[in-house]
Amino acid sequence: MIRVALKGLAGRKLRAVLTALAIVLGVAMISGTYILTDTIKSAFGTVFETVYQHTDVVIKGKSAVSGEEEEGGERREAPAFSEAVLARVRALPGVAEAQGAVEDTAQLVGRDGKVIAVGGAPDLAFSVHPHGNQRFNPLTLTAGSWPVGPGQVAIDANTAKRHNYKVGQTIGVIALGAEQRLRISGIAKIGGVSSLGGATMAILEFAVAQKAFHKEGQLDSISIAAAHGYSPERLVEEIKPLLPPNAQVRTGEAQAKQQTKTTNGFLSIIQNFLLAFGGVALFVGAFVIANTLSITIAQRTRELATLRTLGATQRQVRRSVLVEAFLIGLLASVVGLFLGLGLAKGLNSLFVSFGIDLPQAATVFATRTVVVSLLVGVGITMLAALRPAIRATRVPPIAAVREGAVLPTSRFARYGNVAASLTIGVAVALMLVGLFAGSLSTAPRLLAIGLGAASLFVGVAMLAKTLVPPLAAVLGWPGTRIGGTAGRLARGNAKRNPARTASTASALMIGLALVTLVAVLAAGLKSTFEGAINQLFHGDYALTATNNFSPISTASAEAVAKVPGVEVVSGVRAGFGRTSGGKVNVSGVSGDISRVIHVKWKHGSPAVPAELGHDGAFVSKDYAKEEHLHVGSPLIVKTPTGKVMHLYLRGIFVPPKGGSPFGDITISTNRFDAEYQNPQSVYTFIDMAGGANAANTHRLQAALAAFPDAKLQTESQFKENQEKGIDTLLNLLYVLLSLSVIVSLFGIVNTLVLTVFERTRELGMLRAVGMTRRQVRSMIRHESVITALIGAALGIPVGVLLALMIGQAIEYPAFTIPVGTLVVVVIAAILAGLLAAIFPARRAARLNVLRALQYE
Amino acid sequence: MSLAENTTAPTVAAVPVTARGLIRRFGEGATAVQALRGVDLDVGGGELVAVMGPSGSGKSTLMHLLAGLDQPTSGTVAIAGTELGTLDDGDLTRLRRTHIGFIFQFFNLLPMLDAEENVTLPLAIAGERADSAWLGQLMDKVGLAARSRHRPAELSGGEQQRVAIARALITRPTILLADEPTGNLDSKTGGEILELMRESVDAYGQTTVMVTHDPRAAAIADRILFIADGRIVKELAGVTAAEVLAVMGELSA
Repeated sequence: MIRVALKGLAGRKLRAVLTALAIVLGVAMISGTYILTDTIKSAFGTVFETVYQHTDVVIKGKSAVSGEEEEGGERREAPAFSEAVLARVRALPGVAEAQGAVEDTAQLVGRDGKVIAVGGAPDLAFSVHPHGNQRFNPLTLTAGSWPVGPGQVAIDANTAKRHNYKVGQTIGVIALGAEQRLRISGIAKIGGVSSLGGATMAILEFAVAQKAFHKEGQLDSISIAAAHGYSPERLVEEIKPLLPPNAQVRTGEAQAKQQTKTTNGFLSIIQNFLLAFGGVALFVGAFVIANTLSITIAQRTRELATLRTLGATQRQVRRSVLVEAFLIGLLASVVGLFLGLGLAKGLNSLFVSFGIDLPQAATVFATRTVVVSLLVGVGITMLAALRPAIRATRVPPIAAVREGAVLPTSRFARYGNVAASLTIGVAVALMLVGLFAGSLSTAPRLLAIGLGAASLFVGVAMLAKTLVPPLAAVLGWPGTRIGGTAGRLARGNAKRNPARTASTASALMIGLALVTLVAVLAAGLKSTFEGAINQLFHGDYALTATNNFSPISTASAEAVAKVPGVEVVSGVRAGFGRTSGGKVNVSGVSGDISRVIHVKWKHGSPAVPAELGHDGAFVSKDYAKEEHLHVGSPLIVKTPTGKVMHLYLRGIFVPPKGGSPFGDITISTNRFDAEYQNPQSVYTFIDMAGGANAANTHRLQAALAAFPDAKLQTESQFKENQEKGIDTLLNLLYVLLSLSVIVSLFGIVNTLVLTVFERTRELGMLRAVGMTRRQVRSMIRHESVITALIGAALGIPVGVLLALMIGQAIEYPAFTIPVGTLVVVVIAAILAGLLAAIFPARRAARLNVLRALQYE
Repeated sequence: MSLAENTTAPTVAAVPVTARGLIRRFGEGATAVQALRGVDLDVGGGELVAVMGPSGSGKSTLMHLLAGLDQPTSGTVAIAGTELGTLDDGDLTRLRRTHIGFIFQFFNLLPMLDAEENVTLPLAIAGERADSAWLGQLMDKVGLAARSRHRPAELSGGEQQRVAIARALITRPTILLADEPTGNLDSKTGGEILELMRESVDAYGQTTVMVTHDPRAAAIADRILFIADGRIVKELAGVTAAEVLAVMGELSA
């Protein structure tokens, strides 16, 4: 019997391949995700291991704000510590050698005067001891020599290659303050790799670096080699008592592990995010597989019945269908597994194009990737084949002797709509539990939401059978006008087997529903965000980082303040702090901030920022409520360097729904700059006499010439760019969701190919009575478009429903139906239908009339 | 499995096919159709019985009941001494495996298997190996030894039906049931197929029941049963095709 299944599969290669395609993409997404993230993880792991390979013990600055698990996010957050520690450490008998270093961030400026940046990758700065021992140096030269003196810099090999820099040329470097032009003395790699995910590196001589980052007499790290016979662990214990509270000591191995762990945590988020999209694609694939197998089994009714008359048991029939599914699943999973290799590269370029650059090393193809891909791919296919397999067993042997025998309907068929309604009810209940049951923890809630959404799709798909005839009648109407007879026949064909059309359309429904969900939520987010920005920001100009969101040095704002005609220069400083309630965002504002940022005040007035003085602070309404604060309440905030600020609450503001322009706690700029090492601004607003005009723009640009890290924008440009951030994320989601739409396209292709095959004789008859090939093609195209439109007609309402429920749960600020986007979805569905019809339509038109008529 | 064990044991003593008081009604009430109105039938070992009658006479229904493909409204069918009415689907399937061979009007070969694979399919389903001497003998007998690797699509109608006959014989069934075996063939090929069926009865003592309205069946059948309006109305033996045609004319009139 297994041989029969094998032969059957071999005899229907096209069908098998079309069916397998439905699963290939989902599996490829899963294997691609694993390969990509494993590769990046291994790259980071290798880098950190190499960096610390000759360092037994390392001393680093310790943020008083972040816990260990949050470490490594902000390079500037960990404070520098006194250089005196180095002398104390060197005096220990167990220390063979110790060397101090400065680690900070500095931007490189390209020949076009713009900051060199690859997406959100960091811009690292290192210090080296050109004449000292290089054993601790994480960097290795590939050309030239280490920088000596204030006029020299070494840069990373990746930047040198991409921007064609050679030793001896000059490059702009921004440490703190204005850009400096430095001579490139050398090109270097870090941890043996030329790129740490697009991060740029500026390498300065140690003393120069200390000065450039205002860290005279301070260090960010000390690398130590243990004396012979001393274990790193013992040394760590001996060093501990020597350290100030803002420094910590670890073995080199522990430090490498810690840094790897931090990056891995971030990568796991990306991994789960991508796996979710792979899961959706597989879910859609399961629909396609179930439908395709159902159709093939219906078409093989007589064959199955013959097997039964020859003595095959129901179990054998069921097993033959499952074996077929197993083989298709296995084939698809193996292909998908290897396609994942290519997809990993594609995903990486996708992320790069959206500004997320990840480091690359030798591709990691882990056993887990193979096991999970095969297991999931085969498992999903078998699961999808279960129902068709059971249906196959219901073929009675007598069907072998009846012409045109059809598969008997299920005993439960007439309860179909009841079952569908029940499924939808359970689905909605599950989602409500997941969304609103605040007492449950996150994992079961997410599970409930996921299961609920999946059951909702299944329920709607079950109900779709009943909805198809009226939907096809309406959605097929334009086709009857455009396509004439072909359109009318297509409409009839779409209604002919409602169950088949329904499940084909349902696969597309899932992708389109998710696109709609994202579009509706995004539209709400955008409109409130837009509202918030319009309400908040009122400067003639805005000054931000070139990527619109990174904090930048305040030097550019200081330069702008000197431009004649400037009336207000007021920005928001940003940093972290720790209160008894945990980690908080701390902002610093100057007294005139209310002239450029307008917020409503619950307690106090726009004059509050000007009256903050040394110990005043204001907070948002929500923060006040959370922490039970009112005007006059004392606030104790610790800065990353361990300093403690004793503050009093002077005002409570009400941020707009779209977001707050300030952090949790806001203090005056003067106090902020006094407490924070190298303060930075997220945005600065400028008012000028005469407002925004060409002359003013020109004057400001001239003043900013030495600050390529700062971007000057008019108010409207600033607002536009802020909203662009949402669009970028949105486009990434659309691209990833398109994968599941593509899978459902294969479903339409499958159904049409099988339908054409099934209607061979009928098509021959139509051709014989005078239908042209063109009309045949047109008929198939129309049927495809009707199916796709039914998918859209089901998917859009389901998506809106999902958005409504999720919006309610997260107290979403606004619910907006993005009509424009939804029209695009419908047009995309029509195009998808046309695309899916190309191949089946050609096959149908190519049929030989005589042979088609004789076809049995 | 108990039944399979019982039925694989030699049951030479039992009459291959016994049917008693077969009534088959389709539908309910006023629209009910009485396809069989009480049929009794015994087929002895090594006998070739032809069942003839006009369209709608109930001959196909009789065939379906004998094969256990359909259940009688009342009455009993026994194959090799086993009453079909008491069997569940699994037992019925195993009974078909060992005791019944089928020949269909539309051949019902599996398109992806070649001729020999089609022939051995019933054994494959039962998980048995083909006796190569018997297989070779059969392929010779049906004249397809040279074409055993051809797929159905590469064979003519007559050749396909020969494959089907070999497939039906491969398990040496107690009873071979043929449903209009010449119905889809031209008259020359049909004649050859009928001869082949007669030969298998003579050579292997293969008990056969054949439903047909091909009058030439008269020439090969040991017995001809005429069926009309759900009843066996006449039984003849040793008649010519012309005589059969005459009876058929009477019945349709």
